[in-house]
Amino acid sequence: MENLLLIFEAPALGVQLVVEGILLGAIFALAAYGMALVWGVMNIINIVQGEWVILGGFVALGVSQAGAPELLGIPAAAVVLFAIGWLCYRLVIFRIVDRDLFTSILATFGLSILLQQLMNELFGSDVRTLDPGLGTWFMMGGMVSISQVKVLGFVLAGVIAVALTLFMRNSRMGQAIRATAQDARAARILGIDTDRVYAFTYGLNAAICGAAGALVVMAFTIHPYQGLIYTVRSFTIVVVAGLGNLPGVIASAFGLGVAEQFAGFTLGAEYQNAFVFLLLVAILISRNMLLQRQRKYLK
Amino acid sequence: MSEATQTTGAAVKTRKSMGYLAILIVSVIAPLLFPAYQTQMAFLWIMVVLALTWDILGGQMGYNSFGNILFFGVGMYVTAVLQVGLFTDVTAYNAAKGGEVLDPTLGEYLLGLGVGLGIAAIAATACAAVFGFGMLGLRGHYFAIGTLGLGIAAGEIAAGWDYIGAGSGMVPPRFPGETGAREEFFYYLSFALAIVTFFALKRIYAGRFGLAINAIRDDEDKAEAMGIHTTRYKAVGWCIAAFFLGIAGGIVGNIVGFIAPRDVAFAGVTYGVWMVLMAILGGKGTLWGPVIGAAVFHITQELFWTYLLGWQRVALGLLIVVIVVFFPQGILGFLREKFPERFGYKVQPKEAGGSADPAEGGAR
Repeated sequence: MENLLLIFEAPALGVQLVVEGILLGAIFALAAYGMALVWGVMNIINIVQGEWVILGGFVALGVSQAGAPELLGIPAAAVVLFAIGWLCYRLVIFRIVDRDLFTSILATFGLSILLQQLMNELFGSDVRTLDPGLGTWFMMGGMVSISQVKVLGFVLAGVIAVALTLFMRNSRMGQAIRATAQDARAARILGIDTDRVYAFTYGLNAAICGAAGALVVMAFTIHPYQGLIYTVRSFTIVVVAGLGNLPGVIASAFGLGVAEQFAGFTLGAEYQNAFVFLLLVAILISRNMLLQRQRKYLK
Repeated sequence: MSEATQTTGAAVKTRKSMGYLAILIVSVIAPLLFPAYQTQMAFLWIMVVLALTWDILGGQMGYNSFGNILFFGVGMYVTAVLQVGLFTDVTAYNAAKGGEVLDPTLGEYLLGLGVGLGIAAIAATACAAVFGFGMLGLRGHYFAIGTLGLGIAAGEIAAGWDYIGAGSGMVPPRFPGETGAREEFFYYLSFALAIVTFFALKRIYAGRFGLAINAIRDDEDKAEAMGIHTTRYKAVGWCIAAFFLGIAGGIVGNIVGFIAPRDVAFAGVTYGVWMVLMAILGGKGTLWGPVIGAAVFHITQELFWTYLLGWQRVALGLLIVVIVVFFPQGILGFLREKFPERFGYKVQPKEAGGSADPAEGGAR
């Protein structure tokens, strides 16, 4: 708690936390956008989300270990994860698309447990990071330090978001995805192969998460059992922003990033994860209570 | 005619009580026959309790909770803290990280355990009551994910809280008495808990409360329109689950002998998922389903898990996907579809055959 006073005494610390939070939030926004995509189009809450992020990080690590330049890891992670996501759809997800949400939650939770230990066995249980060899900027007389790789992550997240928006708006597949999200049956009648759309959407989600994961491994660290917190962050962001609301997703992702930084600083880093999970619970309960006054509930 | 049904009713009743008696005798003798497996058998009863209590909300009320592990962990920590706290200073005990060993006499131990389990049950129930009114307003997947968050948050907080040993966990006091007595004692304790839970739930489901929570499962808005205080029923249902889970947690903490915050107490990916899986495997929404599911799952696990060292969670994940995707009705649900007469459902030949003469159906 004494750290709380420190923020007021040294405003530069506050600036540091806000900057870090926003840079962090940009990466969360990517994963959250993917979750909103799958949720909106396929009506599946994808608990594996976090594992795709971590897997993307491991792919980027593998690419750099093979001798390729570190930044090549981002497109490589996206491509590999797209393939894995497509495969995952063809093996499991297509069976649960039309089932109730509980089935999809539990099935994807099962996949998440499976992938966690699979990654642990394949890649080892160490905390890993990838250093692309970029420096750090200092501002405000050295009080605020910004590592360039985080800024790069922020910029690339922005680029990916713009590319996704253009893709969803202009391409044939993007239009098909939006049509399927609005009414899958009508889309089928109009000749859209919804099964293919679902497979593509799921692959696209995994690819977005993979790219996010490649950014995570460069800017922060990854660990095989760390996936669930990215899922919960994505879910929290989507619950706050709503489905199909990209500006909302970005704004609430920044908000979550900043809130997390402040919580981690004031409460201590060991409670940062607990804060994220409790924030989810608090947001769900408070939103629902507001709705209950009108005799409605979160749907 | 009525006489005949009465005699068959009496026959069924005798058969049922014979069945219960057989299970009782086998369970009482089992630890004497296989003394090496007492701990595993004690866990079988704990699993039965976990599956049964999950099914109160998940099966009977239609609220799929992933956070029931919260009450399990709360019970475990409260029991251990009281067992230690009655005799020594908890902070110093945990700061020693197992360096200070508590060796109570049998009387002290039983007192500590009794008080611990009692307060654990109350604390877990209180937790359910506090969170119940907020959480149970959520429906469907929001409830599922909200409870998942709650369970993990509890583990994270426990892992950061120095009073209860933080990340390095806590050791309950040593059991007094000769080797082997501890396993036997906890076997019978778990067995008693499972029996009490089973009959309490049987009683509850048979009455008004059971009907009310089934109505909530079928259509909550209509149930509320019929005058059922749904929020109250939901919270009480969760409290009942928490009561038994709290005791189960306290017992497990003592059986395992070491309480780690994320891997034993608030173990979302082991006990937390197992309870869901066992209830679904056996057939959710039935009384016997969770019991059967727990038995099948636990025995399979004990037989095969040791060969899967390092791949257990891969197997668990695979099992979840397979059961949820291909076998969601569970063992009892499957049997009910196959042999409906056995479950007291009368099947009209017309419906079953599908092509029977309609005139014949009218005549009947």
